[in-house]
Amino acid sequence: MNRMQALQEEGRGMSANPNLVALGTITRREVMRILRIWTQTLLPSAITMTLYFVIFGRMVGSRIGEIAPGIAYIDYIVPGLIMMAVITNSYGNISSSFFGAKFGRHVEEMLASPMPSWVILTGYVAGAMLRGLIVAVIVLAISLFFTRIHLYHPWITLATVLLTSAVFSLAGFVNAIYAKKFDDIALVPTFVLTPLTYLGGVFYSVNALGAPWRELSYANPILYMVNAFRYGLLGLTDVSLGVAFVVMSAFAVVLGAIALRLLERGIGLRS
Amino acid sequence: MTTIPALDVVELKKTYANGVAALKGVSLTVQPGDFFALLGPNGAGKSTLIGILSSLVNASGGDARIFGVSIRTQRSAAMRLVGLVPQEINFNLFERPFDICVNQAGFYGIPRAVARERAEKYLKELALWDKAFESARTLSGGMKRRLMIARAMMSEPRLLILDEPTAGVDIEIRRSMWKFISAINAAGTTVILTTHYLEEAEQLCRNIAIIDKGRIIENTTMKRLLAKLDVETFVLDVAEPAYTLPVVPGVRLTQVDEFTLEAEMSREHDLNSLFAALSQGGITVRSMRNKANRLEELFVRLVEAGAAKTGKEAA
Repeated sequence: MNRMQALQEEGRGMSANPNLVALGTITRREVMRILRIWTQTLLPSAITMTLYFVIFGRMVGSRIGEIAPGIAYIDYIVPGLIMMAVITNSYGNISSSFFGAKFGRHVEEMLASPMPSWVILTGYVAGAMLRGLIVAVIVLAISLFFTRIHLYHPWITLATVLLTSAVFSLAGFVNAIYAKKFDDIALVPTFVLTPLTYLGGVFYSVNALGAPWRELSYANPILYMVNAFRYGLLGLTDVSLGVAFVVMSAFAVVLGAIALRLLERGIGLRS
Repeated sequence: MTTIPALDVVELKKTYANGVAALKGVSLTVQPGDFFALLGPNGAGKSTLIGILSSLVNASGGDARIFGVSIRTQRSAAMRLVGLVPQEINFNLFERPFDICVNQAGFYGIPRAVARERAEKYLKELALWDKAFESARTLSGGMKRRLMIARAMMSEPRLLILDEPTAGVDIEIRRSMWKFISAINAAGTTVILTTHYLEEAEQLCRNIAIIDKGRIIENTTMKRLLAKLDVETFVLDVAEPAYTLPVVPGVRLTQVDEFTLEAEMSREHDLNSLFAALSQGGITVRSMRNKANRLEELFVRLVEAGAAKTGKEAA
């Protein structure tokens, strides 16, 4: 055993993998936070989505009729509404939690610890993804009161939720790193995420749009996420499934690399 | 056999983005087991140095090795050996002290079962156990400072850095904190302390460095530093109002108020001639004490000398 290993063993005094223990600690802390303030983290999506189902699904949707053979309008919007909840919750969880840690200076607990940057990032992303998943399950459960959804492709459904949640968790993390005040973490959801989500085919099929709006819609990454998820739940999609997964994976990899680089260099964190 | 220093700082430099050079090539060594004082006026560079040692600030140049491990090239391994008690409160006020301690251990890779035992141990030792499961917001200022010490001890570091840990803490709690930290030091942990309570540094620390304007201006043992002080000032409480003060060669005697005199004299000067002269002048001395602690006098002189030198250079 060389001196470095000896020092590490001495400092640790344990046999468990320290990085896994640290990762578990951050994830657990994030989950506890989500559950502690459930009225802010879990309840709002349940209420908002119930309203969407009642107003857009039942009241407006009953006049629209079927979107595709055997698929009512309310069934058609369920996947998009679940994705909307996953996106806003994953993004909001990590941006508020990490920026809160920066603002309250308790991020220093982690920065001054031996944890490598990837552990900090993975822990926060895991927490945000878990919130995205919990909210997805809640909204799906609520939708069952209004629709008769069948899981056509469970693995595609799960993979899409996980990838979407990962992409927006990473985006929220980057936002939190650059944010200097609480307003800075509210700007992106208001002026970027909400418009992109509404224009991402949640309430309509892009095939119904004329040029150039239809072509422009293909530049919106949320379109691919909503459609891949809709394929998993309903077997319907406006985009190629392969392209959708390439887009989601590419965003996850690029945003992950950016977030890790920022954390490594201590941008916005270390002076 | 050569002992690896607990801390070996070599030509450490830091220039902030706004151009302020906080550290201009600081070098110092702290031996294992030492209780080391790092003193300096506000803005001298102490917190920047501590920030670099705890990896919260990126150095612009130089390196520091903690028990031989470089903070620049082996950050994780180096941080495993360091515990930090920062100047500002930096824990989540919405969490409970027990969770704050257990999570801190988790960040260092310490399994939860061990972390829970340690949290109980250190929260009890620092008289915080009855508050362990209440929100950290409800803690008093002194309790918050003790919580940061308990948190720093969760990884049982070999080098404990305390950045003004007793600021704003009442004397009773301050003493209990020093008792705890002295015991930690006696058990083998190297301690580096910055404080504005210089009498504490004088009592507790064996070695000292004084930093000013980003440079170390003194780095020696406490004994050697105190031996440099050649003048002492005594405060004398007298029985009756003294209107005429005797002239004592080598002593500058001044009247503070009716019942208080101050005598400034060389450390070499004996007190007998002073008392003889006072006695002859009909002045009865009821009690006597040092005006200020010796380290404080030296500290002020060194910093003032540094400022005068800088002024001359600038001129």
